[in-house]
Amino acid sequence: MKFWIPAAVLVLAAIGLALSPVNEYFFYASYIVLTFVVLATAWNILGGYAGYVNFGTAAFFGLGAYTATVLFKWLGAPLVVQIAVAAAVCGLLGFGVGLLTLRLRGIFFAIATVAVIFIMETLMINWRYVGGATGLQLLRPEVMAPFETYTRMLFAAMAAMAVGAVALARWVQVSWIGRGLRALRDSEEAAECAGVPTLKLKLFACTLSGALMGAAGAPMPMYLSFVEPVSSFNLTWSVNALAAAMIGGTVHWLGPVIGAVLLGTLQQVVTVTISNEVNVLVVGVLLVLFVVVAPEGVLGLIKRWLHYFR
Amino acid sequence: MFFSLDLLFEALMFGVLLGCFYAAVSIGLSVSFGLLDVPHVAHPAIMVFGSYCTYLLASYGWDPLVAGTVLMAPFFLLGMLVYRFYYETFEKRGTEAGVRGLAFFFGIAFIIEVGLILGFGVDQRTVNAPYIGESLRLGDYRIPHRMLVAFGVALVLTFVLTLYLSKTFTGRAIKAVAQDEPALRLMGANPVRIKQWAFGIATAASALAGAMLIIVGPVEPALDRLYIGRTFAIVVLAGLGSMTGTLAAGLILGIAESIVLMFFGASWAPAVAFGILLLVLGVRPQGLFGR
Repeated sequence: MKFWIPAAVLVLAAIGLALSPVNEYFFYASYIVLTFVVLATAWNILGGYAGYVNFGTAAFFGLGAYTATVLFKWLGAPLVVQIAVAAAVCGLLGFGVGLLTLRLRGIFFAIATVAVIFIMETLMINWRYVGGATGLQLLRPEVMAPFETYTRMLFAAMAAMAVGAVALARWVQVSWIGRGLRALRDSEEAAECAGVPTLKLKLFACTLSGALMGAAGAPMPMYLSFVEPVSSFNLTWSVNALAAAMIGGTVHWLGPVIGAVLLGTLQQVVTVTISNEVNVLVVGVLLVLFVVVAPEGVLGLIKRWLHYFR
Repeated sequence: MFFSLDLLFEALMFGVLLGCFYAAVSIGLSVSFGLLDVPHVAHPAIMVFGSYCTYLLASYGWDPLVAGTVLMAPFFLLGMLVYRFYYETFEKRGTEAGVRGLAFFFGIAFIIEVGLILGFGVDQRTVNAPYIGESLRLGDYRIPHRMLVAFGVALVLTFVLTLYLSKTFTGRAIKAVAQDEPALRLMGANPVRIKQWAFGIATAASALAGAMLIIVGPVEPALDRLYIGRTFAIVVLAGLGSMTGTLAAGLILGIAESIVLMFFGASWAPAVAFGILLLVLGVRPQGLFGR
C-alpha cells in the first residue's frame, strides 16, 4: 500500500496535468524524460539486478517503434494495441537474444547486444514497407476524448507506462526472482549450486526488460509523426538507459528513476540552451564521473550522507 | 541478384585487401581485449580519434602514413595512462569491476565521439596523398592504391606484433600475463607494469590503424559505432589474443563483407560483421583459434 497509493496518485496527477492548460512544450519535453524512466528501469532489471550489461536498449526501442509503425500502417491500430503488441514482440526478441547469448558473460554479452542493434537496423533499412533508409511520414489519428492534443495523450500514456514499469521492477526486486538475480550477479556458480534456476531467471529478466523497452519505443513514431531507422536504433538510447541507471544507482528500483529524471531533465535543458551534441557529451561525462567517483550512484551518495549525519 | 565468376573473383580480391585492413584495425584490440581482458569498447573510438589527429597533421602537409607512425608515440603514452587509470579505479577494486569498467569505456567512447563532433563537425573528412585516388590496373581489374597501402601496412603491423610477442622478452611477458597472472607475480615480475606497457602498444597500433582508416576512406565521428562490430567480430572469431588468428579472421570478414557488398548491395554490408559476431558468440565463443 505504501507503494501503490503514491503510484496511483502519480498516474492521476499526470492525467490531471495533461488536462490542465499547461504549456504544450512541457509535455513535449516531459515525454522524453518519462521515456528515459521506462528505459532505465527496464535496463536495470537485467543490468542492475543480474549484472548483465545490455548495450542493446536501442534494438528493443527501435523494434518497438517499428512494430507500432507496421501495426498503424497496416491496420490503423490504436495506441494501446501498438504498445501491447510492441511489448510482446520485443519480449520475444529479448527471449531470443537471451537464449542465444546468456551463456556469455560480461563484455561478450554486451557486445552481442550491440550486434542485435545493427542487425535490426539493417533489416529495417532494407524493408521497403516501412520506408527503408528514408523513413516514413505518419499522419496522427484524431486525439481521443478527454485530451486536447495528441502530445498530451502520449504524455499521459507514457506516465502510466513509467509507473507500471517501476511497479514491475519493484515487484521483481522484492520477490524471490530479485533475490535469485542478485545471487547470480554475485556468483553464478554458487547460485546454481544453491538451487537457483539461473538460466530461467536470466531469460525472464531478459524478456521482461526487452518488453518494457519495446513498449517505451512504441509511441515514438506517433510522438514524432515520423519513423526512421538511424534515430530509432541510435546507440544514444543505449547509453542513456545505461547511464541513467548507473547514475541513479542500480541496487534499488528507485535508482533508475532518480537517474532518469536527473539526466532527462538536464538533457532537455542542455538541448534547449546549448545544443544536441553537448547533451550526449553530458551523458558521457556524467556516466564516467559516476562510475569512477560514485560507483553506487546517487542512491549510494544519499546513503553515505545519511550515515554521516547519524 | 546478378552472379558471375568475374564478379566473384573481383569480390574475392577486394575482400582479401579489405580483410587485411580489418585485421590491422583489430590488432590493437586483439592485444588489449584478447590478451589483457580489458573490456575496451572505446578501441574504435580511439582509432577514429587517431584518424582525426592524422587529418590535422595532414592539413599541415604531412604524409598520412608518416603522421600515423609519428602519432604512435603520444598514443603509446595515452594508452599507458588509460590503463593505469583503469587499473587503479576498477581492476584493483575487484568485485563488480566488470560492469563498471564496461560502462566506463562505453562512456569514454561517447565522449571522444562528441568531442570530435564539437571540434570538427559531423562532416566526412579525407586526406590527400600521392597514393590516394590512383589505382593499379591488372587486365580488367582495378585495385585502388590506397587499398594496397593499407594492405601492406596491415601485413607489416601484424608481422611485427607477432614477432614481438613471440621473440622478445617483454613480448613473452605480455603473453605470460595473459596466461597466468599469479604465476608471473610469483616469478617476481610486476603484472600491472607489463599490462600497462602492452596497453600502450595496443593504443599505439590503433594510431596507425586510424591513419589507415582515413587513407582507405572518408572518416566521420560516428564511424566508431560500425567498427565496434568489425573489430570485436574479428577478435572473437580469431580466438582471444591470437595474432595470426586475427589476420585469418580479418580475411574471413573482409571476403564475406565484400561478397555481400557485390551481390546484395551496400545497405546489407554493415550487418555482416555483426551477424558473424552474433553467430560466433552463440555457437563457438572461444573462436576459431581459441586458446
